[in-house]
Amino acid sequence: MKEYFALIFTGGKSLIVGMMITLRELFRPVVTVQYPREKLPISPNYRGHTILIRDDEKPLKHRCISCKMCERECPSNCIDLAGEKREGVKGMVLIKYRLDFTKCSLCGTCVEICPTDALDFSNEYQHVGFSREDFHYDLLAMVEEEEK
Amino acid sequence: MSAVMNTGFLPPELLRIIFAVVCAIVIVFGNAVVMGYLERKLAGRFQRRPGPMEVGFHGILQLAVDGVKLVGKQLIVPKQTDKVLYRLAPIISFAPAIMPLVVIPFSPKLQGRDFDVGLIFILAVVAINVLAILIAGWSSNNKYSLLGAMRSVAQNVAYEIPMLLTLLSVILVTGTFSLRGIVEAQSGGAWFIFLMPVAFLIFFAATLAETNRAPFDLPEAESELTAGFMTEFSGMGFSLFFMAEYTYMFIACSLTVILFLGGWSGPPLPYGEYTSALWFFAKVYALLLTMIWIRWTFPRVRFDQLLNFCWKYLVPFSLVHLLVTAVVLKL
Amino acid sequence: MTTRAEKGEQRYVLNMGPQHPSTHGVLRVILEMEGEYVMDPQPVLGYGHRMHEKMAECRSWPNFLPNAARMDYLAALIYNHGYVGVVERLAGIEATPRAEYIRVITSELNRLQSHLLWLGVLVLDLGAFTPIMYTFEDREKILDILEDVTGSRLTYCYMRVGGVVRDIDDKFVERTREYIKWQRSRMPMYDKLVTGNIIFRKRIEQIGEFSPDMARRYGLTGPVLRGTGIPYDIRRAEPYSVYPEFDFEIPTETSGDCMAAYLVRVREIEQSLRILEQALDKLPDGPFMAKVPKKLKLPAGDACYTVESPRGELVYHLIGDGSDTPYRMKIRVPSFSNLSLLPELCSGMLLSDLCACMGSLDLVIPEIDR
Repeated sequence: MKEYFALIFTGGKSLIVGMMITLRELFRPVVTVQYPREKLPISPNYRGHTILIRDDEKPLKHRCISCKMCERECPSNCIDLAGEKREGVKGMVLIKYRLDFTKCSLCGTCVEICPTDALDFSNEYQHVGFSREDFHYDLLAMVEEEEK
Repeated sequence: MSAVMNTGFLPPELLRIIFAVVCAIVIVFGNAVVMGYLERKLAGRFQRRPGPMEVGFHGILQLAVDGVKLVGKQLIVPKQTDKVLYRLAPIISFAPAIMPLVVIPFSPKLQGRDFDVGLIFILAVVAINVLAILIAGWSSNNKYSLLGAMRSVAQNVAYEIPMLLTLLSVILVTGTFSLRGIVEAQSGGAWFIFLMPVAFLIFFAATLAETNRAPFDLPEAESELTAGFMTEFSGMGFSLFFMAEYTYMFIACSLTVILFLGGWSGPPLPYGEYTSALWFFAKVYALLLTMIWIRWTFPRVRFDQLLNFCWKYLVPFSLVHLLVTAVVLKL
Repeated sequence: MTTRAEKGEQRYVLNMGPQHPSTHGVLRVILEMEGEYVMDPQPVLGYGHRMHEKMAECRSWPNFLPNAARMDYLAALIYNHGYVGVVERLAGIEATPRAEYIRVITSELNRLQSHLLWLGVLVLDLGAFTPIMYTFEDREKILDILEDVTGSRLTYCYMRVGGVVRDIDDKFVERTREYIKWQRSRMPMYDKLVTGNIIFRKRIEQIGEFSPDMARRYGLTGPVLRGTGIPYDIRRAEPYSVYPEFDFEIPTETSGDCMAAYLVRVREIEQSLRILEQALDKLPDGPFMAKVPKKLKLPAGDACYTVESPRGELVYHLIGDGSDTPYRMKIRVPSFSNLSLLPELCSGMLLSDLCACMGSLDLVIPEIDR
């Protein structure tokens, strides 16, 4: 009999305590950030899609030597690059670097394995497109455009 | 009033009733809009998020846009349902929701019609909701809906008992079933909540269960039964159930205010005979906000624990309360 | 008291399908029901099978890491740790001390994040919609800290054979210490709002009681096992990495029901905070990556490495054959054994209790299906 009333008392008190907590949270500021009207700063170490680092000291403005190590080591087979030999230039010249971002898992293997440190992650997190081809990024065009 | 309304070819009393019914319909839709918006905004704020913000200033037009969307949806009738019952269920749920509003006294002069048995009329009409839920669950040809409907019937029927017993305690004091009479018996600040706080709590808990609101919202348990008896309804059918639920909440809270919180009584206002409806609405909305607050704080009660709570806790207390009231009145 | 039903007529089959708000992933449970009582729940698996173990046989050693994170996305760093641990054990490479400490710190942050999500989701299954938002606010802080150092928020690819990818700096240490203080101040609120709430307690107490003997028969591990009174934790039973250097308790309860598993996990949050504090204090200096040859060829043979994931005991068994891809990788996943308890435990229960039981077992279906 005593547990009957004890249960009513403790139960009722726990309900009131719970309601007080939600009431207190009601008057605290909102945690949500109203994206896209407000944006949060992104950490510089965030892994967006890979880019070729722009290096103004090199004649080709990037450090890639078309060794194809990134293409070989990629677990998802999303890199497609080609280089050619040109007259009077030592080594291969990169003519195509396509990253299929729909398959990329952002593991970082290509960034680490590159012998010339040509690749890095960007901070790009807003990827919008209407078709799959919108996410086939052309990294060579991106690094050449960066000058402007 | 009768001098204004004497048109010569319609009796003024009939015009008055038609006007009251139209006002009741306006209150139903207005309440659904306001309550829907308040519920979503407050749900957001309790969870530290903003709630609707896009449509209109701070999302005020959200319910209007939702209404347009729901009306424009395709009415899908699943293949093996009972066609007549499936279409009837939302109507049976929604139509009786308007009738009690004609009887409720919002202020001394604002009442559609004052029955001598107004209280019993409201209770009888609200009980039709149980039938509508059962029809909805059965005609959907879906095991989830049927489970939800069965739970709802048992829950509603069980919680009628403590509700009626606490009502009886109030009626013993006032001696009349007429709603206006009950409010006038509490005039001057002698609200029944101060006389019988236990009855108020029992009645409030019983109304939470009658309107299928959390923590007693098993018939619509989202995480177990994916919307319970309303699973198969889309578009207008769903929105009729939704509006009916909010209207029953309004009616239940109005009953609580009339019985325990003194109806329209409050500090005097100019044109007091009509504007004391403001005090009525303020009290009703305070209770509705408390219902929303309770919903967003607690988890759901399991079904057999719900019936346990009713039969082992609420019914004994309300019986004892009735006995004590009768004894005290006799002395 | 759990209400149990006896055998009777009039059974019907209800399908808690692969798409359901309560099953945490794509799990299908076929329920034979009588009225409201579940007579015979049969889980059907395989809706999320992605052949990770087969992919391990076709990829070279470093290339399997993205897969490891995606098997159980809530404990991705712990899966990472297990994988690099087993490769290191087979190759005979030792990670640097600083790298081991960094691995433990990030693993414990991951464990905290998984427990906070479980807490919110359990109460969501029972019908309360607010505590999940509060736990997600805490979880956002952890994800921000980990994003700053690893670059990802959910599927981390942060550890490598021999160490980790990037070093942690003072900003990380400071933010983690702030987070520990914040989390400690939030736990009393969860105690009052969830653990003390009478409705929650009535839903969870004395539901799904099982004995230690039943736990042994099904091979349960993790907080579910520690709820029956057996203090078996891999971090103490078969210590790995630098766990022997920390002082922490193993919370156990004796009742063996859903409430016991719940209390064990809530106390584990506090113990994880303790380990984090000690690890941050004792962090040594030095390199964060050992000298490892670029093209790793591993000797023939096999190795085993066991880690404690938030759900129980996770075992990696690796068989190498001298080339640069594994011959076979077998992963023993804790949720699979925990799920196998369901048919015997939940026969004769109410449907609502089944949902509470599944919530307290803390299943993550993608790791069962792999």
